[in-house]
Amino acid sequence: MVKLPIYLDNNATTPVDPRVLEAMLPYFTEHFGNAASRNHSFGWKAEEAVDYAREQIARLVGCADKEIIFTSGATESNNLAIKGVYEMYAQKGNHFITVTTEHKAILDTCKHIEKLGAEITYLEPDTDGLISLKELENAITDKTVMISVMYGNNEVGVIQPIKEISDIARKNGILFHTDATQAIGKIPVDVDKDGIDLMSFSAHKMYGPKGVGALYVRRKNPRVKVTAQMDGGGHERGMRSGTLNVPGIVGFGKACEIAQNEMTGEAARLSALRDKLERALMHMEEVYINGNRENRLPHVTNMSFKYVEGEGLIMGIKDLAVSSGSACTSASLEPSYVLKSLGLNDDLAHSSIRFGLGRFTTEEEIDFAIEHVKEAVTKLREMSPLWEMFKEGIDLDKIVWQAH
Amino acid sequence: MAYSTKVIDHYSNPRNIGTLDKSDPSVGTGLVGAPECGDVMRLQIKVNDETGMIEDARFKTFGCGSAIASSSLATEWLKGKGVDEALTIDNMDIVEELALPPVKIHCSVLAEDAIRSAINDYRVKKGLEPLADKKRY
Ligand SMILES: Cc1ncc(COP(=O)(O)O)c(C=O)c1O
Ligand code: FES
Repeated sequence: MVKLPIYLDNNATTPVDPRVLEAMLPYFTEHFGNAASRNHSFGWKAEEAVDYAREQIARLVGCADKEIIFTSGATESNNLAIKGVYEMYAQKGNHFITVTTEHKAILDTCKHIEKLGAEITYLEPDTDGLISLKELENAITDKTVMISVMYGNNEVGVIQPIKEISDIARKNGILFHTDATQAIGKIPVDVDKDGIDLMSFSAHKMYGPKGVGALYVRRKNPRVKVTAQMDGGGHERGMRSGTLNVPGIVGFGKACEIAQNEMTGEAARLSALRDKLERALMHMEEVYINGNRENRLPHVTNMSFKYVEGEGLIMGIKDLAVSSGSACTSASLEPSYVLKSLGLNDDLAHSSIRFGLGRFTTEEEIDFAIEHVKEAVTKLREMSPLWEMFKEGIDLDKIVWQAH
Repeated sequence: MAYSTKVIDHYSNPRNIGTLDKSDPSVGTGLVGAPECGDVMRLQIKVNDETGMIEDARFKTFGCGSAIASSSLATEWLKGKGVDEALTIDNMDIVEELALPPVKIHCSVLAEDAIRSAINDYRVKKGLEPLADKKRY
């Protein structure tokens, strides 16, 4: 029997891998030193551990260890990349290009610099979530300083054509930043091959601890600099002050090492399970997969179960921890802006569920999930007036609804 | 956010799911909400023309657990009530009974609207004036 509830929300966060935890523990108690203490062995020990982790992380993404700036997570990394570049390159221009399906940590940071005088172009992806390279090129002006496009999307898993985007950036002498939080450790990412100048990522999405992340900042061809957003002791080459979270960083490093060793096998295993889940659920009528299916992270699927409301469905599958694009609980009652950007009608967006598989997801769990979801969808459809109308052949688009 | 035990009970064992014949002159049908808003409720009553009592009530709801529970509860309360008495069911009674949190009050409003809409449908069928919309804003 499988242990309940089953965690299928690995795009929100992941559990810490026991091997990661084991690596971290000594740095809370025994080797608790401040990595910036230069005068004694406690400090040296901590610094050594940080240096080693920096190497482990750099190796995973193909950069030099000096190019990794530790932060508190991807939210901070995104803030530092955008605000830091906006300030540092103010002489060059004030125009940024990003996409409507980015994480709030990008979109709200862009809104912030807009108030300070930046101009932002928000590209709209097509219905499968990919941006148009043509539109990207057309958006570039002589004032453009940076393009920021996420690697893999957190809600639907769509992977953008990163290399093609960075080629365009490079050709035009523009910096390229990517929020790779969902991609790192799941698929191969190489800052040189991919042509990335700045990159945000976070430990807790890849079986490391919460509250630690990194911003990769290119040092050569071109040499990139960001204005610090946190003033203080000048840590991290002056770009991010603050005593380093040594145990967190050690865990982050270990998580990267494990990911590097196990990524290929893990991606194959998880995409097979994900495909199994999708295939089985698609046997039901009126079930849709959201976002591009070819260019997709291996461990996630976003599906809409038409005529069933997402929050109601989540209540029905209470043994599964998943998330929904329906935001009925939020004050706005607006469904997911990412799904809306893909052109999904509000009713399908309200009917969506994201399943995020992870390292510890088993086949038994997926088998259980399939039956559980099928049962709940069937039961809720029997309760749904929309399903009944659909079955009677009534065109729901023709009805004048009494929206409230 | 945790659901109250009463919401869970109605959600897991909904009372009176189903469909009555729309064309029956003694049946009133209310369909409120919109798919784009994430909630649609259909509530039907069958009235005994002689006694004016609601003999049967059925619902189908597309919506969250609280919306399903609100409509399920509404059908329970409607059965056995007179049509005029049914109009006194207030959404805040539903909120109280189900212990709905503030963000879920609109689910109960929807149920009250559905009751009104079903009664109006019945009234029109009987050649009576529909009741004026209740203003909420
Ligand atoms: C794509 C993306 N960017 C940024 C973040 C924020 O990361 P963190 O929780 O490390 O601040 C997340 C996680 O929610 C994410 O999925
Ligand atoms: S139906 Fe929208 S929150 Fe209940």
